[in-house]
Amino acid sequence: MSTEKSRSGRFLLVGIPYAWMLVFFLVPFLIVAKISLSTSVMALPPYAPVVESLTDLWRKIGEFSFFNYLRLVQESIYVESYLSSLWIAFSSTVIMLFIAYPLAYGMARAPKAWRPTLLMLVILPFWTSFLIRVYAWIGILADEGLLNWLLVSLRVVDEPITFLATQRAVYIGIIYSYLPFMVLPLYSSLEKMDETLLEAAQDLGCTSFQAFWRVTFPLSIPGVIAGSFLVFIPAVGEFVIPDLLGGSDTVMIGKTLWEEFFNNRDWPAASAVAITLLLLLVVPIVIFQNAQAKAQEAGR
Amino acid sequence: MKKHLIASVFVSGVAMATGAAAQEKVVNVYNWSDYIDESILEDFTKETGIKVKYDVFDSNELLETKLLAGKTGYDVVVPSGNFLGRQIQTGVFTPLDKSKLPNLKYMWPVVTDILAKYDPGNKYSVNYMWGTTGIGYNVAKVKERIPDAPLDSWKLALDPEYVLKLKDCGVMMLDAPDEIVPAVMNYLGIDPDSKKPEDLKKAAEYFKKIRPAIRKFHSSEYINALANGDVCLVIGWSGDIKQAASRAEEKNKTVTDPKKKVEIGYIIPKEGAYMFFDNFVIPKDAKNVEEAYAFINYMMKPEVIAKASNYVKYPNGNLESQKYVDKAVLEDKSVYPSLETMKKLYVISPFDQKSQRVLTQVWRDMKRK
Repeated sequence: MSTEKSRSGRFLLVGIPYAWMLVFFLVPFLIVAKISLSTSVMALPPYAPVVESLTDLWRKIGEFSFFNYLRLVQESIYVESYLSSLWIAFSSTVIMLFIAYPLAYGMARAPKAWRPTLLMLVILPFWTSFLIRVYAWIGILADEGLLNWLLVSLRVVDEPITFLATQRAVYIGIIYSYLPFMVLPLYSSLEKMDETLLEAAQDLGCTSFQAFWRVTFPLSIPGVIAGSFLVFIPAVGEFVIPDLLGGSDTVMIGKTLWEEFFNNRDWPAASAVAITLLLLLVVPIVIFQNAQAKAQEAGR
Repeated sequence: MKKHLIASVFVSGVAMATGAAAQEKVVNVYNWSDYIDESILEDFTKETGIKVKYDVFDSNELLETKLLAGKTGYDVVVPSGNFLGRQIQTGVFTPLDKSKLPNLKYMWPVVTDILAKYDPGNKYSVNYMWGTTGIGYNVAKVKERIPDAPLDSWKLALDPEYVLKLKDCGVMMLDAPDEIVPAVMNYLGIDPDSKKPEDLKKAAEYFKKIRPAIRKFHSSEYINALANGDVCLVIGWSGDIKQAASRAEEKNKTVTDPKKKVEIGYIIPKEGAYMFFDNFVIPKDAKNVEEAYAFINYMMKPEVIAKASNYVKYPNGNLESQKYVDKAVLEDKSVYPSLETMKKLYVISPFDQKSQRVLTQVWRDMKRK
């Protein structure tokens, strides 16, 4: 009796995240996937066929096509946007790793009493809306903005540097906005590390750098991976930052998707872009996780 | 005692809320930014008891996407002619019950006739304002850089010989492909209403020559940028540029240094310019239809729409209102163009799905350096 009860409790517990995924991920995904196979028309809603029920789906299945996916390969702008988004996201992730690691390391090694305050400082920016923070960067990066004022008055440069509407501004925006998501997982993996391991390493003759490289860093790899995923994935699809801080030269998939949706009012094409982006991100991650799980098995 | 107090506050709060819901009439309006004298909305509420919830946008694309997604929550929206034309085909608007709009009798046949090209029989829409897409410029800065500037021609904005000289003082253009691309085609002697891919691409090819001069493409920031002297040339909407001119004048009063005074001019180029029409329509899923009619009808009162034109410096589609429009506005040929100039203005038919795609691609190329 009691085991039965605990089993149903366990089902419930496992069921909640699955139900969540079903309702908020799988169903929307299928809706978008369906639209991506439709054709854009001038109607309400602006695509055809509109499927009203499952039997309806069966009847209209012949009207669906992969035309929108074909176009993603045929028109160079899509490939270019995907590649440039992946590159921008990847390089900002690497830069963030270099900034966040010492930060997280310092936090984890700080006296215990300080840590909650330091943690608070990392989280503090979230209390202001993301959009407002990105807008604030416009004021900072403008030709007559704060940063240039500082650089000119410190005589670092003679003429203001153009930041706004350049790729640089997009990098600054992404790194600023996502840095906390990199710091937090790194901090949590560094903080729970057993310091006696370092003492042991030093007893065995490691220099402190060797101890870091051979002990601390390998143990923090789960944090590195978690942090990198947390910043890389949203950065690829970022729209607000390139739109507000970038210029017309910054091609990112989020902006191309926006154009597809708003300028071309082509929902099917926009959906195909979105689905492809999702597959581009999810498939490598699944493969990676599988490989990791296997490596762990083998390690045992 | 304390409990009592809380209970009574709660009860009275509920009573107030339900009371308010029962009587409060609302109309949700979605209009272009910088496009109304807000005191008109207050007057409307005073006269009718209907509250106005007023939101703004700065591109037809944004409005269209919201409309096609459905359930916008708006009761009155204001698309421009060529967008209106294709939106009507989707059945997104309610045909107007003209018996509820007695003030239609004041409308200007010249305008309603042109509008009928987009909305046959004027079944769905009532014109709010119209205007031209032309050139706004900072008089002193342009003169300083180009003493013999062609102040009546697209050359000033589209000929590299002139516009590149203005690079350092700032050039901005509307982020509106359906207006800038036809303007370039018109300048090149191509039919501005052409939807042929090769014509659109010719415009893009030519545009490369002047692209280095352009600082930004944006459809609402330029009013302040022009008024503050941050940019010295824009391709923009007539009334917006006129508003920039009057904002600059206001500011000049507080400026003592004559060099810092800003004077803004507006040009309807002699080669012809785009004439746009922004029109009230009621979305099919509007919740407050009666209030929407009341609002549209109110906006057609000659005195009211005249007040709006006096403020936003756009001509309106209401003939009777011209009695009430300030003389300075009515006789300003860059606001109300002469009939002779109007003959040279052109309109643009809606872009269909295929040509829209080409337009977007061309526009993307044009905006890139």
